[in-house]
Amino acid sequence: MNNAQMRLLGLIRKEFLQIVRDPSSIAIAFLMPVVLLLLFGYGVSLDSEHVPLGLVVEQPDADTASFTASFGNSRYFSSVPFRNTPEAVDAMMAGRINAVIVLRQDFARRLRQTDGAPIQLVVNGVDANTARIVEGYVTGAWGKWLEHTALQQGQTLNTPVEIVNRVWYNEELESRNFLVPGLIAVIMTLIGALLTAMVMAREWERGTMEALMVTPLAMREVILGKLIPYFILGMGGLALSVAMALWLFHVPLRGSVWLLFATSALFLLTALGMGLLISTVARSQFIAGQLAIITTFLPAFLLSGFIFDINSMPPFVQAITHVIAARYYVAILQTIFLVGNEWSVILPNALALVLLATLFLGLTRLKARKRLE
Amino acid sequence: MFSPPLSESHSPAAEQAPSDRMALEVSGVSKAFRVGNRQIEALRNVSFTVKRGVVTGLIGPDSAGKTTLMRLAAGLLLPDAGSIKVLGHDAATQSLAIQSEIGYMPQRFGLYEDLTVQENLDLYADLQGVPKSLRPARYDNLLQMAGLTAFTKRLAGQLSGGMKQKLGLACALVRQPPLLLLDEPTVGVDPLSRRELWEIVYRLVQEQGTSVLLSTAYLDEAERCDEVVLLHDGQLLDHGDPKVLRESLRGRTYAVTSGAVSKRALQTHLASSPAILDALIQGDHVRIVMEQDALPPQPGSLLPNISDVQINAVPPRFEDSFVALLKVKTDPATMITLHHTPASHATFSVAAGTAQQVITVQNLTRRFGNFSAVKDVSFIVSKGEVFGLLGANGAGKSTMFRMLCGLLPPSSGSLRVAGVDLRYAAAAARARIGYMSQKFSLYGNLSVVENLRFFSNAYGLSGKRGDTRIAWALQEFALTSSADAVSGDLSLGYKQRLALACALMHEPEILFLDEPTSGVDPLARREFWRRINALAEQGVTIMVTTHFMEEAEYCDRLAIMASGEMLTIGTPAEIKLQARSVDLPDPTMEDAFVGLITSHEAQGAAA
Repeated sequence: MNNAQMRLLGLIRKEFLQIVRDPSSIAIAFLMPVVLLLLFGYGVSLDSEHVPLGLVVEQPDADTASFTASFGNSRYFSSVPFRNTPEAVDAMMAGRINAVIVLRQDFARRLRQTDGAPIQLVVNGVDANTARIVEGYVTGAWGKWLEHTALQQGQTLNTPVEIVNRVWYNEELESRNFLVPGLIAVIMTLIGALLTAMVMAREWERGTMEALMVTPLAMREVILGKLIPYFILGMGGLALSVAMALWLFHVPLRGSVWLLFATSALFLLTALGMGLLISTVARSQFIAGQLAIITTFLPAFLLSGFIFDINSMPPFVQAITHVIAARYYVAILQTIFLVGNEWSVILPNALALVLLATLFLGLTRLKARKRLE
Repeated sequence: MFSPPLSESHSPAAEQAPSDRMALEVSGVSKAFRVGNRQIEALRNVSFTVKRGVVTGLIGPDSAGKTTLMRLAAGLLLPDAGSIKVLGHDAATQSLAIQSEIGYMPQRFGLYEDLTVQENLDLYADLQGVPKSLRPARYDNLLQMAGLTAFTKRLAGQLSGGMKQKLGLACALVRQPPLLLLDEPTVGVDPLSRRELWEIVYRLVQEQGTSVLLSTAYLDEAERCDEVVLLHDGQLLDHGDPKVLRESLRGRTYAVTSGAVSKRALQTHLASSPAILDALIQGDHVRIVMEQDALPPQPGSLLPNISDVQINAVPPRFEDSFVALLKVKTDPATMITLHHTPASHATFSVAAGTAQQVITVQNLTRRFGNFSAVKDVSFIVSKGEVFGLLGANGAGKSTMFRMLCGLLPPSSGSLRVAGVDLRYAAAAARARIGYMSQKFSLYGNLSVVENLRFFSNAYGLSGKRGDTRIAWALQEFALTSSADAVSGDLSLGYKQRLALACALMHEPEILFLDEPTSGVDPLARREFWRRINALAEQGVTIMVTTHFMEEAEYCDRLAIMASGEMLTIGTPAEIKLQARSVDLPDPTMEDAFVGLITSHEAQGAAA
């Protein structure tokens, strides 16, 4: 073993001893991923279920009963009956219900006329997202009921165009299935960028970096000595997250697990590059932490398409997302998990990661000097 | 290109070419830093050489430029002008070659606190390329030298300050470097550990011919060096053999006592004499240094109004020569403020037994979990007394202080300050005490006047009374000219002055000083203590913590603490007397301290 290898091995051994003994490293590397996965896997759901729906039936009869029953049977709604419209409006203003359906007293009579019976739907639009979902659900439920009624009367409903929905990739429309893979990008950012920037800053803060520098160590070795341990730690975090995704949350994995790990390694290198780059300017843990959260963690959360669709962002925000590494990784993750080895998506995104990793690691190498100023 | 193996660089200096006889050659080095919008000149055109095979001390107060110089020599900083040659390599262009050869210990020892003693050694052995086969013998040697053989499995963070210092040294020595750079290795550690470190350093020099450059702010350590480089304010004051520097003042140093007047009044009289360069309280007497061409002092001519005066010649100390050098270099403007301090009227000292008891501490204990930071401590401080708490970092001084200031409740025991039981009325007592810490708890981005206003408001002084006190502070502490200066930009001595002014805004009866002068230059320290003495003469009780032996001598009485226990209490003279033996007819405070700690540790080991 030559001296350079001995130095590097010594650094890596030291780093692992520190990781094992420092509760905050363990917390960021293993506890945070588990907490985030449990929170997003079980707690956070973007689906709307059991939406409280007010039903105002001015004149109950057999027709209105069959109509309301179709909402009562749905898992998307929990219906609340009201006798008149003002009461329902009050309930909606108080936030007890999200939408009101009004069936006028001439509902049964006009149902049998050619121009049909009007149904009034009032949706609380404060939360625009939920409002749109509720609107869609109600329309769907109403269509189903219409079809059903027609069939009962021995007719087929004649519509010029029929919409037949087929949901691909996430057939059950489980938001968990796309949240959990996206979350892996956030977790890898935590380990690669935040943790690495902080442990590097800790060396500056405690004066150990100064002692390291007055040894035969080259700066290249200092960087590798951080890169290798945290790469291994990050891949460990990935394995943990994938295991939880597959066996706890039953997210389908349709692509190759090897491709998943290979592309993740690329992203991890990018994240490590960002963390190490931050540490070349931030020499206190506080500043390093703040910088890493603002420049890596929050963008991975908000601008990666993990929760919020990039296509519906304003154009200038969309432009910003092009420099967010997590954006490319989230696209890869969601594709490998839910679609499969779709090279037309994976290749360009992986290429972007290669470019960003080279950029960040190259800048770190250029900026890192064996000097204190 | 052929280069000789490293181990041969230890060969005796005399056999080498003239330029190789130097471990370090500093020529015309300047270095400035930019802090915010302020330019700090850390080093100004400094030149000197460090010989091989000897211990050279880099001596100077805080912000003299010691650390900057060390870092320049280690190739961690680039000079703005000039050059440094280390073991024949240029520090700016061949820094890796230097870093591969020298041993370096930065200020906080550079240890990984979450690694064990052995793991730290292993890491540095790996980094320094020590072959595995040589390690067992080397480790044995270093661990024995550092007294850490029994602690290899202990985490470095759980070692005492002195042990950390020795482990840091062992890590820097793992590959037997020909040159060792130690940046303030003795700061904050107890005198016993300091002595042990010096023994190790000397053994290295003798057995292995190592060259050592060691920086320190303790002037008494200068006398242990073969050569000294004196730095002040980024400039080289002098360079040479400390004994020669010291001996240049032979015949000018005396101890003055008087049975008729208090030592503080005596000092005030002496300090105002134009024939005297320096007057300093030293235990029960006042130590004076005469001006260069002054005649030997006579009681009648020097102190005509005071009876029963005795003057005895004493040997010079290194600090005398440093002060003499500084006074020459210091501009007259500063000297005016030095003499500005109003001379208090000479009053007769009050006997301790009859005086009012201002602080009463009985069987005081403070536990944190199952660790006792202060164990069963009792003492009494009288009005107008200067009482010192002496101890190393971790001895329990700060815990003691926090309890006395009412910031931390005691676990058991009783505590009365200014007649108030702190258990029941801590806030009432706090209004009557002033507190100043080593860290100068000022608002760095506020101006001098704004700081004074803030502290007077915090103590409830408003309107006319507040204005009067601020005017007093500006006048009394000669801060008028810098009233609008941002306090963060002030020099260390001025910051200290402002901090004291802030602590005195509400005219407290008791003043707590937490390591008030560590790191400031000897002139600023003298000025500070002159103010403190004047306050004590006016009846203010002073309580001071220090790990500075010199400062202990200024106290009326002091208590020495180690690992939470009070080892002894008494006047400086009484405490020094305890260490007197045939071998040590005239022990210093440090001798006394080391003796007490050694016997305390022996008791602990026996128990």
